[in-house]
Amino acid sequence: MNNKRKSHSGKWKTALIYLELIVMALVIIYPVIWIVGSSFGSSKGLANASAIPANPTLQNFKDLLTKTDFPLWYMNTLKVAFANMFFGVLISTLGAYAFSRFKFKGKRAGLLSILILQMFPTFLTAIAVYMLFLNFGLLNSLTGLIVVGVAAQLPYNLWLLKGYLDGISPSFDEAALIDGASRTQIFVRVILPLASPMLTFVAVTQFAAPWMDFILPKLLISSEEKKTVAIGLFSMISDETRNEFTLFAAGAVLVAVPIAALYIALQKYLINGLTAGGDKG
Amino acid sequence: MNEQADRRAPLWIVGIFSSVIWGAGQLLNKQFLKGFIFFCIFAGSIAVEILTGNYGSMPHGFSLRENGGFFLKGVWGLVTLGTQPRKMGITGLTEGDHSIVLMVNGIIAVMVIAILLFFYIWNIRDAVNGRKRIIQTGVWQTSTEYFKKLWESMYAYIVLSPSILLLLFVSLLPIVFGVLIAFTDYTRNNIPPTKLIHWVGLDNFITVTQVFSWMHTFLGVLSWTIVWAILATVTTYFLGFFQAVLINSPRVKFKKLWRSIYILPWAIPGMVSALVFKSMFNGQFGPVSQFLVDIGLTSERIFWFTDPSNTTLARVMALIINLWLGFPYFMALIGGTLTNISDSYYEAARIDGATSGQMFWKITFPIVYKATAPLLTMSFVSNFNNFGVIYFLTGGGPANPNYNFAGSTDLLITWLYKLTLDNRLYNMGAVMSIIVFFIVGTFSLWNLRKSKTFEEL
Repeated sequence: MNNKRKSHSGKWKTALIYLELIVMALVIIYPVIWIVGSSFGSSKGLANASAIPANPTLQNFKDLLTKTDFPLWYMNTLKVAFANMFFGVLISTLGAYAFSRFKFKGKRAGLLSILILQMFPTFLTAIAVYMLFLNFGLLNSLTGLIVVGVAAQLPYNLWLLKGYLDGISPSFDEAALIDGASRTQIFVRVILPLASPMLTFVAVTQFAAPWMDFILPKLLISSEEKKTVAIGLFSMISDETRNEFTLFAAGAVLVAVPIAALYIALQKYLINGLTAGGDKG
Repeated sequence: MNEQADRRAPLWIVGIFSSVIWGAGQLLNKQFLKGFIFFCIFAGSIAVEILTGNYGSMPHGFSLRENGGFFLKGVWGLVTLGTQPRKMGITGLTEGDHSIVLMVNGIIAVMVIAILLFFYIWNIRDAVNGRKRIIQTGVWQTSTEYFKKLWESMYAYIVLSPSILLLLFVSLLPIVFGVLIAFTDYTRNNIPPTKLIHWVGLDNFITVTQVFSWMHTFLGVLSWTIVWAILATVTTYFLGFFQAVLINSPRVKFKKLWRSIYILPWAIPGMVSALVFKSMFNGQFGPVSQFLVDIGLTSERIFWFTDPSNTTLARVMALIINLWLGFPYFMALIGGTLTNISDSYYEAARIDGATSGQMFWKITFPIVYKATAPLLTMSFVSNFNNFGVIYFLTGGGPANPNYNFAGSTDLLITWLYKLTLDNRLYNMGAVMSIIVFFIVGTFSLWNLRKSKTFEEL
């Protein structure tokens, strides 16, 4: 009797849990379906956008790729993303290698100043960077965007990778040193492979940042042909009179799908990286 | 005999030699190459000053503005910020001073002078220490030996140099510049090169604290920013926690499927999601308002983010949407921690007759909280500066006529953006940045104080 009631209430509990899970799943998925549906919608405006369009069409994607500068923005962002990833990983790993494995004068002061630099809102520096680039002729160039993009994340990445390398026993380095490897060889053959989980994290975040970064390109890029997708997408939606919501939807889908796929495929590395970053303040 | 005399030359003579002419002390120590290199740095910086300056023609006597080179004119420019603005003439702009360019050049000059000063002190100390070693051991170290040793100890610096250069010129220099701007009158009314910028001391800080409208805006925006940061962090943390516990429950099947669905908001670029929500909740055309009217729940459309008479609605909506965006991260994180809790704790508790609620609050929660506490602080800081959600979702609105250039949902960071970019009140923006830095910095340091990282330093 008692057992029966227990299993009865257990069933109710299970049902309640499933109900919650389903409701949450709907709340999560609906906006996603809505924007994907809108991107296939046949009428341009926001008012007629719906999750299940009446006459689905690929026209929005066609228009986006042929009638707007979207492909150009996409290529620009792709270039910045790859350069950001390459230089970001290279420079921060080299620096972290020095901080983790060598004793030198100014190490403590260096680490502390990096920690303080990291607390400064990047935004404050953006205006100054704008003035600097004006002087050095880097304004309105993707190179400038890459330089700032790498520098902005550098303090965080340095601390993160330093912490990770500290956790790798130096006995691996010492063994290689006995075998006659130079310090650069040790870096390439020992440190890089061992640090690969954290390097994956740095690489993915550096790659993903330009797709979402708005402030810097907004400040540093003025011409249409150097725009990145973040600026382009924002301009499509901020002007309500232009009535091109479905174009925005198509663009949003094209930006979100690859990044989301990347994040989901590498989620383990990303969550680990974020956790480690928090431990280091 | 000669060598004998040299050996007896006291320390201070070598020091004075090096402090007057760089490298001269090293010459006395018979480290010719090293002395030569120090001398080259010395001569090189003088040459830079002379070549970049205008020392050839001084019809009106020497003036820093006309004749100074990279270093002297740099410092002059930083101190005065220019004396003659450029004017519009018939042939275009006349020659004149550009305060911002002068300021930036001045900062660079001061930074280079600091580096040279470092070499200067190194040069003197090196001469004295080298002499000391000779007196004590009688061994004369050659330059080559010294450089060999130096190269080995320099490896770390060489590897670090790209980081150092980037941080110096792309992070530190702009920060110094930004801080200095807070002490000037650089606003839309004072745009170089046709106007000069002046140092105004603490005037801007006094304006923020003394002028009522500024103080009112600042306190209003600050308190909402703090409320926002706390609520945004706590709500995402607890919803993430809740979902993680539910998925982890033995009653639930297809755990991987649920997890993949809930992780979606984290994987989609935040800016895209925020813009999508902005459209969904658009007051005039958005589907949500329309739906509510259609089913008869509301008689007219709701202007979620733009209704000035209902600021609470906009704030609550921003928090809810931030919850959608933010909980998956904590869910994934806590999900990982949950699977690491040993079952033996729960078994022991069950034998003692603990209820599932007791088990949660006495076992699960403390363990997870301890593992994730540092991330809560980080999340608080990033929510404090959460530009993306507010700017793309509400744009700071609804408008607030009592505020200076801010709306009701504006955070300090978005207000700062409006001050500098939209309204070009660069000096006020800089003041706000400094304040934000102090708040965030104090909070982070206070939190860091307890961590392992800080002890290692």
